[in-house]
Amino acid sequence: MKAPRSLPLLATSFVFVTLYGVASALYPGFLSLQVFVNLFGDNAFLGVAALGMTLVILAGGIDLSVGAVVAFSTVFIATLVARGAHPLGAMAAAVTAATFFGAFMGWLIQAFEVPAFLVTLGGAFFARGMAFVVNRESVAIAHPFWQKAADFGIPLSPSATLPATALTFLITLGAMMIIAHRTRFGRNVYAVGGGIASARLMGLPVASTRIAVYALSGACSGLAGVVSTLYTGSGDPARAAGLELDAIASVVIGGTLLTGGVGSPAGTLMGVLIFGTIQSALVFDGRLNSWWLRIAMGGLLLLFVLFQRALSRGSALEK
Amino acid sequence: MAPTSQSGCALLEMRGIAKAFRGVQALDDAQLTVRRGSIHALMGENGAGKSTLIKALAGIYALDAGSIRVEGIIVRPQSPRDAEAQGISTVFQEINLIPTLSVADNILLGRQPLRWGFIRQSECHRRAEAALKRIGLSIDVRKALNQYSLAVQQLVAIARALDVDARLLVLDEPTSSLDEREVASLFEVLRELKRRGLGILLVTHFLDQVYAISDTITVLRNGRWVGEFETASFPRAHLVGAMLGREIHDTPSAAPKTAVETAGEAKPPLLELRGLGKAGMLRAMDLRLRAGEVHGLAGLLGSGRTETAHLIFGVAHPDSGALLWRGVERSPFGSPREAMRHGLAFCSEDRKAEGILPRLSVRENLVLAMQANRGGLRLISRKEQAALADHYIQALKIKTPSAETPIQNLSGGNQQKVLLARWLSLSPQVILLDEPTRGIDVGAKAEVEKLIRSLRDQGMAVLLISSDLEEIVRTCERLSVMRDRRKIAELSGAEVQVSSILRAMSRHDE
Repeated sequence: MKAPRSLPLLATSFVFVTLYGVASALYPGFLSLQVFVNLFGDNAFLGVAALGMTLVILAGGIDLSVGAVVAFSTVFIATLVARGAHPLGAMAAAVTAATFFGAFMGWLIQAFEVPAFLVTLGGAFFARGMAFVVNRESVAIAHPFWQKAADFGIPLSPSATLPATALTFLITLGAMMIIAHRTRFGRNVYAVGGGIASARLMGLPVASTRIAVYALSGACSGLAGVVSTLYTGSGDPARAAGLELDAIASVVIGGTLLTGGVGSPAGTLMGVLIFGTIQSALVFDGRLNSWWLRIAMGGLLLLFVLFQRALSRGSALEK
Repeated sequence: MAPTSQSGCALLEMRGIAKAFRGVQALDDAQLTVRRGSIHALMGENGAGKSTLIKALAGIYALDAGSIRVEGIIVRPQSPRDAEAQGISTVFQEINLIPTLSVADNILLGRQPLRWGFIRQSECHRRAEAALKRIGLSIDVRKALNQYSLAVQQLVAIARALDVDARLLVLDEPTSSLDEREVASLFEVLRELKRRGLGILLVTHFLDQVYAISDTITVLRNGRWVGEFETASFPRAHLVGAMLGREIHDTPSAAPKTAVETAGEAKPPLLELRGLGKAGMLRAMDLRLRAGEVHGLAGLLGSGRTETAHLIFGVAHPDSGALLWRGVERSPFGSPREAMRHGLAFCSEDRKAEGILPRLSVRENLVLAMQANRGGLRLISRKEQAALADHYIQALKIKTPSAETPIQNLSGGNQQKVLLARWLSLSPQVILLDEPTRGIDVGAKAEVEKLIRSLRDQGMAVLLISSDLEEIVRTCERLSVMRDRRKIAELSGAEVQVSSILRAMSRHDE
């Protein structure tokens, strides 16, 4: 009997709970609501970007422009606000621009049958360059509305608050789960990733689905930029270098197959939380170099890839 | 030719259908009629135009000429979805579903019931279950499709096709990966659908199945309509004859047989198969290839000819039987490399995809196999290469401006000769030729045949796979006839005649 589809998600959840448990046992104070809530807040911009990436990977693609688009979005918002625009208008402009940019890349990939890897790599260079064109320096954001938005939080208990960044992450997560599982578009994304030729023969709108996936990933990157400015109070053209790689790692550790068709936004949440837990544990420990985060993520990534390989080989042998 | 008459207009009428691909006429004035409540088989050999015809019907190809009528009304399907809207549902070969998604998803993708734009999941499951129940299947629709057997997957594909009020169900080779029991249950479903008035168009190459289930047959050959026949009153031999373009009562072609045939009998075979086979691919078969003999492998498309070559050459791995090499039993070759080391060569059928490297020169294409055999370290000197190329260009009369011409500039026949030369340069003892003359002109064909005979005279054992029965008769001393993935007869000497091959191919046995 083949393993059920939920097995990778269960495995990831198990890894997260174990990691969190071990960290709680090792470091006093780790097991608190605020530390847990901070996992969401501190990693919100990675999380939002990774959710967009999840859709792209589910459809069998890849988006390497994520980090650069996030950086562009932050510096674009900060510069607009500095020139007198209202923060809400600046945010909307950044997200819209990022969405169109994503849609354009998706159109190139679809219309000219070019590898997504190359198109989005080109997109990454372009967006990063444009970020520096907008402003070569980091720009601080000072606006009364901004301050209010950044300070906003929902009190969960006397000692814990859910910040706006975490809230954005959770809302995006909810939206992505509904899109992925409860809309025709979402199911078409899985179908395109699971077998593009079959999807075509089944009469599904393959072209528009593929373009929409990159547009949504662009929107998520733009939104991740918003979250990042809320978190740091500034925009910076050099920010989020390599964020797309952390996002891909979170997606894959979350049980989504890099070949497409299998996975879920919920899995990506687990991948991001694992990332955050290791990071927090390193901060709590204080003795280890922060680069141990990358080493641990690298190890986990390889482990999960091998695990998935074993699962799919198991099912292949059965035939 | 007995066109069946029936009152009223037929469910599907395709008339004067033409379609060309880059100058090659895939369909030329083809026609097809399917009636309500009947199962119609579409038959034809490779290149007959069957798949072009059903792809035109499914809206994948646009027609150059001709009309499609569904219940008398002209339709022009633009896409598979559009065709479905006209009541034409197609289940393509290789089951075109998404194996990683749930059964319910697969049945309803693109047409899930919605409420306020969101999918109603419980309704989805109910509808999927209802669609499966209609064809007598009751399974957990929430499980991933790939957790079920291929037979179940095939039925799920049919359930999807029927979910859109299909009036015509097109099935392209639905049984090619099913075992006998699964085929029987699929046919049960088809008969039930037929009772409910659905028209079913079945494309298959299994003769037994055509006779088991179909009411009428349309035969295409080389893109042209050969005829429409009532299955019950149409003998198998005539069907095979119609597909191959031969009349069954042809006078035997008087191929002069040399003395080789009797001499061959005494010699021990170079390569012998004893009950070699692989489940789902080839029924266990015996075969003896002798030095200085051309052994033909005749059969319709999909009868197991290429599969036999693949099993011998180590492309696929047999799961039963034994292989004897020079009279000594050994394990079957595990890989093409191992087979090559023992002096086997395999010239594959698809020279575009598996054989030539179009941009490389004749010389480069020619030395590939030799270099591979030597390993990467012992390079063949440029001088040696040039001499080799010149030798074969002369020996095989390859028409090329020079050895440095890119092979894509040569005609099909000459490309084929370069491929042959590539293998000959290894001086093989056994050479397997899969359709060596397909797609090349008559003159080149005669030369390739002459070449095959001269290889035999040099003492090679040749296995010749060909759809051209005349060619097999002209070239072979002995031949095996294949049908439905097994060997059904071996002919030698005076029996090597087109008429006896046709008889063997269409014999109703068991």
